[in-house]
Amino acid sequence: MPVAGWVVIGIVIFLVLVFFGIYNSLVGLRNGVKNAWAQIDVQLKRRHDLIPNLVETAKGYMKFERETLEAVTKARNIAQQSSSAGAAERSKVESELSSALARLLVVVERYPDLKANQNFLALQEELTSTENKISFSRQYYNDSVLQYNNRTQMFPSNIVANMANFKSGEFFEITVPEEKAVPKVSFQ
Amino acid sequence: MWEQISFNQRRSVILSIGMGVILVLLGYFLGSHFFDNGIAGLVVALIVWGIMNLVAYFQGDSILLSVSHARKISRDDHPRLYNVVEEMKIASGLGKMPDIYIIDDPALNAFATGRDPNRASIAITSGLLQKLNRDELQGVIGHELAHIKNRDVLLMAMAGVLLGTIVILSWYASRFLIYGGTTRSRRSSSQGDSGQIIILVVALILMILAPIMAQLLYFAISRKREYLADASSALYTRYPEGLASALEKLAASTTQLQSANQATAPMYTVNPFRSHGKAASDLTSTHPPISERIRILRSMVGASYVDYEKAYRQLHKGKGVVPASAVSAVGAVPLVPVKPETMVEEPAEVERSRETSDVMWHLSNYKTIPCECGIKLRVPPQFKAEKVRCPHCGRILNVRDQS
Repeated sequence: MPVAGWVVIGIVIFLVLVFFGIYNSLVGLRNGVKNAWAQIDVQLKRRHDLIPNLVETAKGYMKFERETLEAVTKARNIAQQSSSAGAAERSKVESELSSALARLLVVVERYPDLKANQNFLALQEELTSTENKISFSRQYYNDSVLQYNNRTQMFPSNIVANMANFKSGEFFEITVPEEKAVPKVSFQ
Repeated sequence: MWEQISFNQRRSVILSIGMGVILVLLGYFLGSHFFDNGIAGLVVALIVWGIMNLVAYFQGDSILLSVSHARKISRDDHPRLYNVVEEMKIASGLGKMPDIYIIDDPALNAFATGRDPNRASIAITSGLLQKLNRDELQGVIGHELAHIKNRDVLLMAMAGVLLGTIVILSWYASRFLIYGGTTRSRRSSSQGDSGQIIILVVALILMILAPIMAQLLYFAISRKREYLADASSALYTRYPEGLASALEKLAASTTQLQSANQATAPMYTVNPFRSHGKAASDLTSTHPPISERIRILRSMVGASYVDYEKAYRQLHKGKGVVPASAVSAVGAVPLVPVKPETMVEEPAEVERSRETSDVMWHLSNYKTIPCECGIKLRVPPQFKAEKVRCPHCGRILNVRDQS
């Protein structure tokens, strides 16, 4: 066989190895994204589980805030029903739940008795921490998605990504509309 | 993602090799002097080092924790601390939740230890737990988890063992030399006297210099790790101000940690031995000066490694602390703009102290019985009676059904 033949074979083998290398790293990144998504999912579920308890505890103290409480329960039920939806859909419903909760916690400020309740305090700590965990897992997820998307779109890994059908990942955002500040009463 | 292992490996391997060379030279020359055989000395040095490494690898974390009188806590003991650690675990993408320990000490400090991310622990003093609010606690815990994630804990343990071996060998050798005399001098040797003297001189110089050199190398390794852990903490929390303000509180405190010693010092967030108001000197400190760390964190304009690197370079000309691989990893990372007010009202410092002291009593098996008059009774585990009278209001309280 002529030298050129060997060179061609060598190049082909080299390209195949590069292909496998890129393919494997893409799979690794995609699994990282999936894993990060599972983390968010755990925390969102945890929030859904906490809310009935919170509402139940708050009910006894907050006679005049039925609407606020119902809004939270409703948003929670909707969010729970769409728990198998994609990232974009869930972003929407979870954002609504977040803002309903934020409204509730603003209202809580008016009920000192409720704020002194040990059970409520424990629930509040759990809820705060769960909100934090949601935002940290979201942060980690979005960074994983960014890294994965960058690889699927950049040369030369985009060639492998297109051939093996690696789709771009969806970002997950929870946006709470800016709460209007509670009007301050001043005694002057 | 976000692991800075390769950076650790390259730079630290060079430094570790430096320390290893010192150990080898020391062993060889001590061997030539005492046993008339350099290789024998080398073998002894390596065996001592090997045994210490094995101990450090398998038992290092438990030894360190028990020396520090650290106590393991569960989620129910201190939900806030547990939650903050879990939050940071999620933010760092660490696979497994580390064990959490509390050290009953008014000094302000924290450390991480362990072998790898699957077997890691973090310990925090009760004093620190009382002083820090949630954001600050996140910053400190983020820093400790970064040590675990970046594999610093094992590296520092191994480097510490290497340093320890060199110090121990030099110490014993110098005692032998001073008090024991040498077997060498009584033997007739085929070599000339000048050969002996050269070996003796080299051995002496090494005995004096080796511990110092090894210590300097060790400090160089550990200081880099601190900067990098600060950078990682800022990246995890997206809020460098939290760690900065925690460091400020640490710097202001003058209480020395009782259970720390020179060997465990590098493990802590800040050097437990620094005296008040004294910025650590450049070469001989395990930790960079706190004021400098605070200034870097405060001048960050984003939360990424790039931003930390920029902030660092404003203070130091020349080489930065963050590896090139990390700089290019993820694009711009914005800071949390203004910290949204935490939804929960932060427990005030008095509340936090009560909370923490409750945990400490509970960990010593004391029962806490709240009385209706508003005071809390602490009942020691030796107390066997079923009822106790409240010393304040005289009510009779049941001991049994309290936890």
